[in-house]
Amino acid sequence: MLETIIQQGINALQLGSYYSLIALGYCLVYGVLLLINFAHGDIFMVGAYIAFFCATAFLGKFGYIDPGMPGWIVLALTVPLTMLLTSGVGVFIERVAYRPLRLKGANRLYVVITALMMGIVLEYGNLAMLGASRKSFPTLVPRTIFEIGGATVTSLKLAAIVTSFLVFGLLQWIVTRTKLGMAMRAVSYDKFAVPLMGIPLDIIIVFTFFLGSSMAGLAGLLYAMNFPVLDPFMGALVGWKAFIAAVVGGIGDIRGAFIGGFLLAFLEVTVAATFSSELRDLISFTILLGILSWKPTGLFGKPRTTKI
Amino acid sequence: MSLRLTTPTALCALLLGLVGLTQIGILGQYEQTFLCTMGIYMILAASLNLVNGYMGEFSCGHAGFMAVGAYTASIVGVILFVGDPNFGPALLPMELAPLAFPVILAAGFASAAVVGLLVAIPSFKTRGDYLAVITLAAGYIVKSALENIEVVGGPRGFMGMKKVTLSIEETFAVPWMLIWIFIGVVLTVWLLRRFVYSTYGKGVMAIHQDEVAAEIMSVNTNHMKLVAFMLSSGLAGLAGGLYAYLIGFVNPASFTILRSTECLVMVYLGGMGSLTGSILAAGIFTILLEFLKPLEQLKWVAIPMLLILLMQFRPEGIMGNRELSDVFPKLKRFYRFK
Repeated sequence: MLETIIQQGINALQLGSYYSLIALGYCLVYGVLLLINFAHGDIFMVGAYIAFFCATAFLGKFGYIDPGMPGWIVLALTVPLTMLLTSGVGVFIERVAYRPLRLKGANRLYVVITALMMGIVLEYGNLAMLGASRKSFPTLVPRTIFEIGGATVTSLKLAAIVTSFLVFGLLQWIVTRTKLGMAMRAVSYDKFAVPLMGIPLDIIIVFTFFLGSSMAGLAGLLYAMNFPVLDPFMGALVGWKAFIAAVVGGIGDIRGAFIGGFLLAFLEVTVAATFSSELRDLISFTILLGILSWKPTGLFGKPRTTKI
Repeated sequence: MSLRLTTPTALCALLLGLVGLTQIGILGQYEQTFLCTMGIYMILAASLNLVNGYMGEFSCGHAGFMAVGAYTASIVGVILFVGDPNFGPALLPMELAPLAFPVILAAGFASAAVVGLLVAIPSFKTRGDYLAVITLAAGYIVKSALENIEVVGGPRGFMGMKKVTLSIEETFAVPWMLIWIFIGVVLTVWLLRRFVYSTYGKGVMAIHQDEVAAEIMSVNTNHMKLVAFMLSSGLAGLAGGLYAYLIGFVNPASFTILRSTECLVMVYLGGMGSLTGSILAAGIFTILLEFLKPLEQLKWVAIPMLLILLMQFRPEGIMGNRELSDVFPKLKRFYRFK
């Protein structure tokens, strides 16, 4: 019994770490721009594909690089490259789709629609370019299996969990302790006064997208290593769920997004373990709706006062 | 003839013309299905426009309400006239089906309106992005609930209602679904227009402009939201019922987030707060879907790209918040209602 609980707890932690990593990206962008970046889940998908192509290229499948490089070096090269390229995609989308709208002073809703459409473009663009066949991610490092209190953990699972906590710590540090983070909070507080104080607004926003998308890329890589089958729609469902998790935690607060991700994962795993996995979405979303009705701004969110 | 009766006369003439064209064989099965799909999209777009356009909320779970309506209408029809191993034999003889068809559609409307409460009640306290999440989650809840109800086939879907339409069409030999979808579209537009421009319904636009100010001006915002959400989701349920009987088969996979996104696309393409815009956009959208079919997957790259470009260069959509009668003021002579 205890072993099952520990085992399921570890599974939930692993699932929660992906949700959290994606939710953090949602939360960063929302916190700064008050924009729901609906394309974020698909940036996660793009990240997984970029990781796939990087890893296969370094393994020498395309012929540019000699095969035979050890797996850990490939991994060490893939991680930063994936994060960099994925954040490039995120920043590119911001540059071509969101910024012109922002400069025009368009209603926030139009930016949200653009984001939604960007997500669909990424999904179907991928489907059209790469075809519907699923890609399987190569094994880079051998799985080591540990045992904790009778439950088994693979090294990859552990890596995902540890990474998400590290990333959370890093983001929390950036946002609360550094000058850049202070600027991000300032942009969130008053977007019009910030440029007057000599803070480069565009650079701060690009940096936010850079951070958020690179976290999505990292999540994509970790996800692809643990569940080594990629398809163009893998990001949609995980992304929507992570977004809901972020809102339940209180979007606009990094702690909220992080805890929301784990909360959703624990709910899902508990439901799947006690009832059945088909009821997973139904029950966990109903509970989340209940939480939102009870605390409309999420667990950590603060209500904004409105003036007429 | 009075000018004010022109609109009903024109609509009747249009319906008769369409039915006539099918009878002499110009409109084949393919064209009929195309027109019917267009009509269903028009109902969906116009009903979502009430919440997303006129009330200014961001609801992205419209497919969920459509699913509720589709399933209820199918189940009622099958229980009454077809019979099913799970529901027992048919309760009424098939001859009554033409008379009971409006009742079936009304059941779809009512059930979807009740499920609309699921979204309406949390909307009392929240709005904006949080409400978007609630609608999104509501859509997921409906879909996964349907996947888990074994009586209606679970993920495999539910069928049997095609027999109802087939038997009606055998007795009367008219394009039954086309007529009902036409009536549905007219009813939807009429209902929404009367509602939004009535003194009672002006509260919806007041909520859009400023919720707090509307409340101070004695608009019962909670009541207004409740009515608007229920009307909108009920009409989506009507569209769902029509869809179920048109296709003859419903399954949870037809009511995914992509379907909700389609509804959103039509609303923003047409313009928030413009019924004629929604109707126009639904027409254009269906034609686009049909013409871009050879592109296969690229279709879903092309359509979002179009919308992104639209947002960049004409963010208010085709019509903005104007109606056709604002663009051509002379048309107003033909309305009984301003």
